Amino acid sequence: MNMVLQSIFSAEFVYSILRMATPLILAAMAALLTKKAGVMCIAFESIMLFAALGGVVGSAFMHSALLGVLSGIFCGVIVAFIFAYFVLILNANTVLTGLALNTLGSGGTVFALYVICGDKGTSTSLSSLTVPNVSIPLVEKIPLLGSIVSGHNIMTYAALLSVILVYIFINKTALGLRIRSIGENPQAAESVGIKVVRTRFIAIVLAGVLASMGGVYMSMGYLPFFTRDMVAGRGFMAIAAQNLGGGMVVPTMLSAILFGAAEALPNVMQSLRLPAETMQMLPYIVTITALFFVGGTHKGEGKRHKK
Amino acid sequence: MVNNEYILSMENITKVYSNGFVANKNVNFSVKKGEIHALVGENGAGKSTLMKILFGHEQPEEGKIFYKGEEIHIANPLAALDYGIGMVHQHFMLVPSLTVAENMVLGMEPKKGVLFDYKTAVERTREISEKYNLLVDPEAKVEDLPVGFKQKVEILKVLFRGVEVLILDEPTAVLTPQETKELFTELLNLKKNGYTVIFISHKLNEIKEICDRLTVLRNGKVTGIADVSDITEQEISNKMVGRNVMLNIEKEKAKPGSSVLQVKHLSYTDMHGKQVVKDISFSVRKGEILGVAGVEGNGQREISEMITGLLSGQTGEILVDGKALSGASIRDIRLSGVAHISEDRMTYGSVGDASIEENMISERYYKKEFNRNGLLDFKRIKECVNQLIQNYGIKCDNKDAQVRTLSGGNIQKVVVAREFSSNPKVIIANQPTRGIDVGASEFIRKKLVSLRDEGVGVLLISADLTEVIETSDSIIVMNNGEIAAYFEDASKVDETILGEYMLGLKRQSKEEAGGAYYAE
Repeated sequence: MNMVLQSIFSAEFVYSILRMATPLILAAMAALLTKKAGVMCIAFESIMLFAALGGVVGSAFMHSALLGVLSGIFCGVIVAFIFAYFVLILNANTVLTGLALNTLGSGGTVFALYVICGDKGTSTSLSSLTVPNVSIPLVEKIPLLGSIVSGHNIMTYAALLSVILVYIFINKTALGLRIRSIGENPQAAESVGIKVVRTRFIAIVLAGVLASMGGVYMSMGYLPFFTRDMVAGRGFMAIAAQNLGGGMVVPTMLSAILFGAAEALPNVMQSLRLPAETMQMLPYIVTITALFFVGGTHKGEGKRHKK
Repeated sequence: MVNNEYILSMENITKVYSNGFVANKNVNFSVKKGEIHALVGENGAGKSTLMKILFGHEQPEEGKIFYKGEEIHIANPLAALDYGIGMVHQHFMLVPSLTVAENMVLGMEPKKGVLFDYKTAVERTREISEKYNLLVDPEAKVEDLPVGFKQKVEILKVLFRGVEVLILDEPTAVLTPQETKELFTELLNLKKNGYTVIFISHKLNEIKEICDRLTVLRNGKVTGIADVSDITEQEISNKMVGRNVMLNIEKEKAKPGSSVLQVKHLSYTDMHGKQVVKDISFSVRKGEILGVAGVEGNGQREISEMITGLLSGQTGEILVDGKALSGASIRDIRLSGVAHISEDRMTYGSVGDASIEENMISERYYKKEFNRNGLLDFKRIKECVNQLIQNYGIKCDNKDAQVRTLSGGNIQKVVVAREFSSNPKVIIANQPTRGIDVGASEFIRKKLVSLRDEGVGVLLISADLTEVIETSDSIIVMNNGEIAAYFEDASKVDETILGEYMLGLKRQSKEEAGGAYYAE
């Protein structure tokens, strides 16, 4: 037990939380954008998976990590685009569309993987590149803090930056104001000339970019290759983080970090000799526990008839 | 015919809805610049349709609209706003979590570089708010504001968009008396500033107080245009209500027995803090139809929902057959003998996607007679449902038809068949014949009378005065959440008399109106 506590209160553990939280923060920011626009998007799993594969394949064929990241984002945005088209233009059910895309993501990436590298499990046969880690000069020299904050993957810094950008976008720009208004009262927004469908489309595509970055990180930072279903529910945990954060940017980020901690914890608790499977359940147990506590605090529509 | 005296005129407007309902027939409506013009009429008289046409929500079948001397076509609300015609809806078009200033500039946000310039938004809001003396805190969140202030924000929003003609759709319906007073001061101030206001209402005292001219609609036609100073409230009332058709319901004089439904000192305050039902007491006796007349929104809906358990949080007592209903579940209330025809038949009356059969057994499926060995006894159910379909003459392919596919009259018959066959002691019939064909209406009224003859007590709430007068034995009139009058003998009143009480011109003394309550 002592060993576990020691490892929890260590710089390496805090460092690994940020590492684990990176894709969650990015996807949670994406979930926040769609939520603000009043769209229940659950397609992040699929967006992230396609982006992860797209990044690996792009970097392998174009021999550039940057082009790999861009092609990953491109793939993810296409999925977001399909989602938006079905939901906004064809008026398909949002949850069904999301489910269909997620199922497609799970099967489609394996299919594409097999076609490209003849393997149904991982992309290790491709010589794909990774996004490098960077050390922050000066900061890295600060004891303790340096070893937590410095030396992360570029995508981790991008994730933290995205929190600031999303905050500014939603709260300080005209488009953000419009997105908030269509999410809350689309009729009111429409009555003053805001194009609801177009604005929602923009929000979904922007969310697609953010979630795709989270996906790319999975295969070009967290791991140096793609494996099947490597997103492993992170798209859903992001939605949970967004809920837990009550639709606010900073609490959403903190929730994503909490879930990140739940993912990092199993590594340091190996010394307890619990079965690995038990430890792997932890993030999901934390998620559902968190939702239990947050559930009662939101105003639900179904409560009109409750006495 | 272009008359420059008028800033706006609508000529020969005819609007027929796709179901054949004629909402406006050759309506002429003209407004002078700088006046407050009242558009008056009962519910369903065509006021809202006319204003929807003016605001671009609906397109008329016939007719022209002239604005500032030129013919215009209003394709949608945005076009109306561009012309300078704005509407303040009854249901506010505001985003609750945004501040007043943010709501104000939504769609035309001031910018500083790439960012939204909130400071300028606040400043502009403060400016316009002070200019028109509609004082609201620009930085307050809309959700924290009371209704009266939300309305101010709505009016400001319209003014902010450069509107010259304001349509206010029953603006005082949601306001407390103090807020109403404030609104009137603000409207008079706008008038002074040269704005034109169209004021939709059926509250005659308010019209008398602030309007210059008025147009009265009844059944989609204009029945009067006048200067408010030239017309008495009595005359307006006569133009608004009026006999449409004779119903000729044959019935014998009621022989009322003891009270089966007693309502004692019932009050209800809605979520906005407005008291919509104010200490009312009445009884429905066995073998009697008690009619409730009144303009909609004077507490009738709340009364019917409180009795049937859909609404809770009231003070006072409701007794069925001497037993108090407080705390009873809706099933308990039904089991104690209350049947309910809701005014909203698609939400509370029936399930549109379910079959006739499912709708009919929806309040009795759990009863012993419809179950066998823990499963539903579909043989019994089928017998029962087919019998009801036959008895109530419901036109359908078979009992499995989706209720949504039936005509309005037949849907209502499904509801009525279920409610009337539940062995009720008292029936709460809220707008039982609204929007349905003459044949079905007549059938339902006759059924109500025959149930009355069997000793059932009926509370008939209806906006159709002719129906109330001809079907009821006694009548209470609701005004502003109170019983304004009680008439023990419905055959001694007519539309004109009821109209005066409904519109608040007259009011019986407490003792007279108190006659509606029978202790026994």
